[in-house]
Amino acid sequence: MPQALAGYRICDFTGQLAGAGATKWLAAFGAEVIRIEDPVRQGRWDILRGAPPFKPGQRGIDHGGAFNNHNTEKLGITLNLKTDKAKAILRRLVAISDVVAENFAAGVLERWGFGYDALKTIRPDIIYVSNCGFGRAGPYSRFKTWGPIVQAVSGLTYTSALPAQPPAGWGYSYMDHTGGYYMAMAILAALYHRERTGEGQWVDLACTDAALTLNGPALLDWTVNGRGQRDMPINSNRSQFGAMAPHGIYGCAGDDAWIAIACRTQTQWEMLAQLIDAPWTTAFRTLAQRLANEDALDGHLSTWTSAWDKYALEAVLRERGIPASAVQKPAERVDGDPAIRDFGLWPTVRHTAMGEVRVDGLPVHFSRTDWRIERGGPCLSEHTDHVLTRLLGLPADEVAALHEEGVL
Amino acid sequence: MSVLAGVRVIELASERVAFAGKLLADMGADVILVEPPAGDAARHYPPFVDDVPGPERSLHFWHYNTSKRGVTLDLSDSADQARLRRLLADADVFLESQPTTRLAALGLDYTDLASANPGLVHVAVTPYGRQRPESDLPETDLTLMAAGGPVWSCGYDDHSLPPVRGWGFQAYHTACHYAVMSVFTALLYRQRGGGGQFIDVSVAAACNVTTEGASYGWLVAEATLQRQTGRHASVTPTGETQMRCADGRWVNTGVPPRFPEEFARLLAWIRKLDLEASFPEAVFLEMGADWEGPFDLSLIGSDDTVTAIFGAGREGLKLVAQRVSAQEFFEGCQHAGLAVGVINSPEEALEDPHFRARGMQVPVHHEALDRTIMYPGAPFSLPLAPWRIARRAPYLGEHNAELFGDD
Repeated sequence: MPQALAGYRICDFTGQLAGAGATKWLAAFGAEVIRIEDPVRQGRWDILRGAPPFKPGQRGIDHGGAFNNHNTEKLGITLNLKTDKAKAILRRLVAISDVVAENFAAGVLERWGFGYDALKTIRPDIIYVSNCGFGRAGPYSRFKTWGPIVQAVSGLTYTSALPAQPPAGWGYSYMDHTGGYYMAMAILAALYHRERTGEGQWVDLACTDAALTLNGPALLDWTVNGRGQRDMPINSNRSQFGAMAPHGIYGCAGDDAWIAIACRTQTQWEMLAQLIDAPWTTAFRTLAQRLANEDALDGHLSTWTSAWDKYALEAVLRERGIPASAVQKPAERVDGDPAIRDFGLWPTVRHTAMGEVRVDGLPVHFSRTDWRIERGGPCLSEHTDHVLTRLLGLPADEVAALHEEGVL
Repeated sequence: MSVLAGVRVIELASERVAFAGKLLADMGADVILVEPPAGDAARHYPPFVDDVPGPERSLHFWHYNTSKRGVTLDLSDSADQARLRRLLADADVFLESQPTTRLAALGLDYTDLASANPGLVHVAVTPYGRQRPESDLPETDLTLMAAGGPVWSCGYDDHSLPPVRGWGFQAYHTACHYAVMSVFTALLYRQRGGGGQFIDVSVAAACNVTTEGASYGWLVAEATLQRQTGRHASVTPTGETQMRCADGRWVNTGVPPRFPEEFARLLAWIRKLDLEASFPEAVFLEMGADWEGPFDLSLIGSDDTVTAIFGAGREGLKLVAQRVSAQEFFEGCQHAGLAVGVINSPEEALEDPHFRARGMQVPVHHEALDRTIMYPGAPFSLPLAPWRIARRAPYLGEHNAELFGDD
């Protein structure tokens, strides 16, 4: 099968998830992604290198499960950019790359002498995509972030909560994933622009900008109606702006077992009321009644669901055309859900140190140029010799000497 | 020139693909939204302008359909099917979220379309993928978030409270992010000599691979993460990261001080607020500030001095938080080098001076209301091919005459 992005080369300084997640997509579609890491700190700028989860009995800089997950199909080299010889090698690599990507704090690449102006002198049509929390301009441009901070500042944490509770926020770095998606879009868009015009450019991406745009209707409610989320009771399990009821997550029989139920239409509610078959449902005939007394409705419904097994109830509700889904635990959705299993979502990769291990695949399939994830993330410096001799044409003895000198 | 100038996208209206269409349209694609004659259901989603419902007054619909043109077609009518076929014959991208067999029944399957337009990039965004019967079940953002994994990881330390769905149609957003990445990838392939293709995007699968460690913790180590209040779900409980400040608003404290200069800056702040006398642990902050070399973090809990220093760091932050506003705490910590975030509501973020300075409010004119309304700005923008909202969302059937003439 042909690969959609074959022939593109990415000089990749990204790490963690917000950056590495972006170039993972490019590599899966055939771009040659060359990760550059610092040999002195053993690539530990990316805190996921050498961090759990580990396969049983494994540990160490080449065994980080998250690092492997985000860096499949990439090549890995080391360059000590404090040395002039490493800088010279990087210049040669940039000269044959289409894209330079990074998610350092603002200004790091400039300090090494590889800001956009410098990159442009090496290759005039280079695409440079930087991704940092607050971007390069604005009062907070020097501030530090990681996923939870981006989510906090942008409004995504505040709007995820139950009543009379502090914000629940997101139990993972939603904006590291999503920042990576926007970074991938930025790289792809800049490549598309270059294909049509010949022009390269620098895209300064800020994760917090992207995050801010993910609550659009609430922002318009503010700018148009002057109504802010700060003024409203927050219950993010309920429907956005009271469009549906019931709409929530209800307890089921068993330990920490829950089901999500939503009635989008009047018919769906009537089907549900028929199934429940209890006198209390008659007080909730119309959507207006259900919205006006949603706490009482949820109370009754919770009592009813608590006797059910979550999957048994899901089956019964789905059979009646009522939107419902069990809240699935990782094991249940990864290995138990046939719709996910049959999509081929969890490819097994071969990793040089970890052996065979399953990773997140991509939730898409292309009929002509589908993605391929077969090789695990690179061990530290795994492809240095290959890249320097094969791509840059350095003699093997010179590469050996560079290792000796601490350049690689 | 916008990056997608000259690229025509035909979008069959659905709340599941609207955001992908908006992202492409704001990047300059000519997106034609095809609605049924009665209008897309989302035209009736709250909130509404001045709280008065109406098909041209939904702020939800407005947000998700900027920069698009709009036509109406009745897909059960053969003349309208022919109109859609003609639109698709010279389109670049087809974006839809139809039931599994509907397009095939209409003779509008990818194979049918590709024979007339081999370069077409056909993107289907469906709950579980085009081939799966579950895609035809009724669903909402909530049920897909529950099925796909995000809900399991979000909520509170107290597990008698239900887990929480992150608000804001994020299941659809996540699928649409993948749809847009797919469109660009397929357009690049085509631009360099390849043909068009069919792309199958699953919303539930997109959620499954957007849960960080919950998925790969299971894949690698068969570990099951447990939800915690306001912080990452974890196999073993971790320390709290949210604090309430003097003005009642919350902050996320991120990672407490770890380096000597961070202890020094925190101590200086406590002194500036005149709090040192009421904070006996200040002596440990002083020791932290004077520490030679990096701390061995593995000694926290076993070595008394290191434990006391790190405890004082956390307590010092709490003390300051009780005396200052959340915004002051955020800025003060960031100036001290600590990655701390104020927990803004969406509108507080929009009004924040930083986001104002970055142009995150953009005006869009609504001539029928004679109002100019501020919309959220670009998630990112290419300097040589800038993002922009070209126009407000279309009225129902606004461009029928423009696109179909008198036929």
